[in-house]
Amino acid sequence: MAGSLGLTTNGAVQPKAAAPISRDRLLLLSPALIAILVFLVTPLIFIITYSFLTPGTYGGVEWVFSTDAYVQFLFERDLFTEDLVFSNAYLSIYSRSALQAIVATVICLIIGFPTAYFIATRPVSQRTAWVFLITVPYWINLLIRTVSMLFIIRDEGPINHALIALGVTSEPIRMAYTDFGIALGLVYSYLPFMVLPIYASIERFDFRLMEAAYDLYSDRWTILRKIVLPITKPGIIAGSLLVFIPSLGSFIAPDLLGGGKNLMIGNLIALQFQGSRNWPFGSASAVILMTIVLIVLIIFARRRAQAAGH
Amino acid sequence: MARNSPRTLRRYPGFRWVAGGCLLLLYGPMIVITIYSFNSIRSITTWGGFSFDWYLKAFNNPNIQSATANSLIIAIAAATTATALAVAASLAMIRGPRFKGSEFGFALINLPLMVPEIVTAVASLIFFLAVGINLGLTTILLAHIVFCIPFAYMPIAARLEGIEGFYEDAARDLYASRWETFRYVLLPMMLPGILSGYVLAFIISLDDFIITNLVAGPGATTLPLAIYGMVRVGFTPEINAISTMMLGVSMIFVTVSYLIGRSGAKSKGS
Amino acid sequence: MAGAVPGLSNSVALGIMKPPSTDQVAVSIKSVVKTFGEGPGAVTALDDVSLDIADNEFFTLLGPSGCGKTTLLRIIAGFEDLTNGAVFLYGDEIEQLPPNKRPVNTVFQHYALFPHMGVSENVAFGLRRLKHDEAAIRSRVSEMLELVQLDQLADRLPAQLSGGQQQRVALARALAPNPKVLLLDEPLSALDLKLRQAMRVELKQLQEDTGITFIFVTHDQEEALTMSDRIAVMSAGQVQQIGSADDIYERPVNRFVADFIGDTNLLEVKVTGTAAKGAVTCETGQGIKLTCLPAGAPKKGDRAHVSIRPEKITLTQPSRAKDAIPCTVGRLIYLGTDTQCLVNLDDGTEIMVRNQNAHGSALQFGTGDKAALKLDDGAARLLMD
Ligand SMILES: Nc1ncnc2c1ncn2[C@@H]1O[C@H](COP(=O)(O)OP(=O)(O)OP(=O)(O)O)[C@@H](O)[C@H]1O
Ligand SMILES: [Mg+2]
Repeated sequence: MAGSLGLTTNGAVQPKAAAPISRDRLLLLSPALIAILVFLVTPLIFIITYSFLTPGTYGGVEWVFSTDAYVQFLFERDLFTEDLVFSNAYLSIYSRSALQAIVATVICLIIGFPTAYFIATRPVSQRTAWVFLITVPYWINLLIRTVSMLFIIRDEGPINHALIALGVTSEPIRMAYTDFGIALGLVYSYLPFMVLPIYASIERFDFRLMEAAYDLYSDRWTILRKIVLPITKPGIIAGSLLVFIPSLGSFIAPDLLGGGKNLMIGNLIALQFQGSRNWPFGSASAVILMTIVLIVLIIFARRRAQAAGH
Repeated sequence: MARNSPRTLRRYPGFRWVAGGCLLLLYGPMIVITIYSFNSIRSITTWGGFSFDWYLKAFNNPNIQSATANSLIIAIAAATTATALAVAASLAMIRGPRFKGSEFGFALINLPLMVPEIVTAVASLIFFLAVGINLGLTTILLAHIVFCIPFAYMPIAARLEGIEGFYEDAARDLYASRWETFRYVLLPMMLPGILSGYVLAFIISLDDFIITNLVAGPGATTLPLAIYGMVRVGFTPEINAISTMMLGVSMIFVTVSYLIGRSGAKSKGS
Repeated sequence: MAGAVPGLSNSVALGIMKPPSTDQVAVSIKSVVKTFGEGPGAVTALDDVSLDIADNEFFTLLGPSGCGKTTLLRIIAGFEDLTNGAVFLYGDEIEQLPPNKRPVNTVFQHYALFPHMGVSENVAFGLRRLKHDEAAIRSRVSEMLELVQLDQLADRLPAQLSGGQQQRVALARALAPNPKVLLLDEPLSALDLKLRQAMRVELKQLQEDTGITFIFVTHDQEEALTMSDRIAVMSAGQVQQIGSADDIYERPVNRFVADFIGDTNLLEVKVTGTAAKGAVTCETGQGIKLTCLPAGAPKKGDRAHVSIRPEKITLTQPSRAKDAIPCTVGRLIYLGTDTQCLVNLDDGTEIMVRNQNAHGSALQFGTGDKAALKLDDGAARLLMD
């Protein structure tokens, strides 16, 4: 089992010793790798470096080492005494972002699991069509999708017009430019990421287990809780991560649907390079976001390796 | 209908409605905006008749024209470059025995997918400013090429993995040089994967907003940037028209890519 | 391009003409060693293999799965490097030549027909790479398709052909450039029995008509015995015996060959002396005395094995004759033309006997009957390992 994953250390089956890369293959591989090294890895090194510098007066940086950008997350420097005073202004943006991302993930799960289950129990011919329909939105311009969401939930949008016309409410219900709007936008943006991995794991699910459980006096909902959910957990975890990670760093949904008032990390970072122009602080925020994402991914990879080991 | 059949026992009441709701959520807003783009009057509440007026207006807007041109130029250039790089990289990664550092190579190719987009955006911005490349179409293009690479790579590599090594052996056996083997055997067999990778890279480039927004600089505008600028000012039916067009373009490309991929998967078995 | 091989570009003359038979060596394999991987996980696929394959010969590599047949073929074709040794093609060392510079073509096990090209384009592929002119290519392709009786299907794609038809296209494609040597890796293994039997005859005919040296790989001994001029029996990366079908069946050199080709009875014996015409006498543990022709040079007192084919033993009524071996009849298996009996010698050793039913000899016995075995002249072969 473990051997096939290359995890054997002293097992019988040794993985084949890897040889140095041949010249031809290096030549073929280099252009892509160099492009990524120069235009992505180097910029990432730059941003880590910048996060330890001093902000310049008009944007940019001065090459003086400083950890202020990180200190700024937790403390504020008192204007007169220069003392560091605890402040949660930025920390709260991070926790708000995390909360928004969690809410979006949970809603996606509540919608995504039944949808995935429903698709997986369709006849094979219909499944392809369903999967296609769920996949398409992922490839459609996120900005435009968010714009169309804003269009319909605005105070002057068709939903509020309809509600007023039907007499449900006399004033428009405020949805755009609220936390609700952001959550809706995040769910709308990343829902396909939840459905597809869960679908993949339910499709592999052996439905005879369900018959065995019925046979042993379980009812539908017990079976769902005790059999289907535990067995499809890998798909659920994968889907949750795929929604949580981009939600945490999202920019478009909070920007358009939050109206620029309810900031999330993504907006905070972008702002530092536009409005308030504190590059080291913006860099530090980006580094922290990247670190959080990395940690989540590593924990996930670990768990998966462990699960595969058993 | 039988009460106890394998199908009915698997069913959960309500799941059908959730699935329907899921589709409604995903497609509802897009359908609504499409409908309004054909409304001849500005009103949300009344239907003034079917018309293409807003499309004509959008077409005649010089800002939109130049943004469209920029978007297309960048998408074509970025997708072409990224696809070429991905084809070469896939040949190196997938043909021949595992080599030292192949995991590293694989991780690097997929890195653009791992890093949060906003981080890539600001990192690219400070990099371009630091090394002194003027922000504009060039910087947009460079950034797009990099994040298009993994999207082009995935279907191409998947396709290549499905092509057994003996076809290349057969070509070599029949006096084909390495280049001829690639040109006459491998390339045609990889074509579905390459096309589908190209299309995905093209859409991804055409759609990008966050990275483009930061590395574009003041002069260069792409279609998503133009739409964003207009939305910030206020909704106009013109926005609906442009949005609908972009939705349509993405829709067509995804479907094409899907159909190519499927025909590729079918002929692979022979 | 092809000119890099001495004589190739000229030799790829169009037309099938049997060249005058020569005693020239077509392919010479000298002490070839091939190891895959390094360190503790290394696999030695070929362990000091030496062979000479004559011009015009139908030469077969026969052996169980994993014995290194494909590896040897791939080394001749140029798809694998050697770890040690040398390969010569008509006297020239070819190690440095890439596969596309070797005047050798392969019929692949799974045919490897290019799926995006039609039948005639597949057949033309090698000719195009050799830069033949268009008219010559066209006539050669139709000639080849006629040869394999596929001229009706020239425009089909490989996916639209049956397994047997694909096999013929693969054959036509490999023959079209008129290679000096044709390598065939289990080309018939994907076909059903009837088609396989028909193709055996056709392949043999084709080899005789074209005069091309065929190196044919199979693990099916019947295929090897019916088609080959000579057979190399391989096991565990080594050549066990090279010889004609008759040689390896009648005169195996060791236990592996005797056991692998056909059915046989192997008895442990001790050499007791010599007899006329190079034969020796020996005795089993139970005291049965046998006269047999030896493989190698046995000395008195050597421990060895005797191989006796089941069809060279006759089951008879109990007899007091000196050469009759007493036994008890065990199980009888009716096989149509033959009956196979398993009999036990007095010490319990089980012997397989197969007798034709025409004589009715074996059918008259029942399980538990006392009987005797009589060996044909020269039935026993002494193997020294
Ligand atoms: N590329 C390779 N890497 C490692 N080992 C290999 C490789 N190719 C072959 N081998 C090993 O070399 C040995 C001989 O393989 P080969 O394919 O020549 O056998 P074969 O006689 O053709 O068997 P079969 O009848 O099953 O085709 C086997 O043990 C095989 O596992
Ligand atoms: Mg083989």
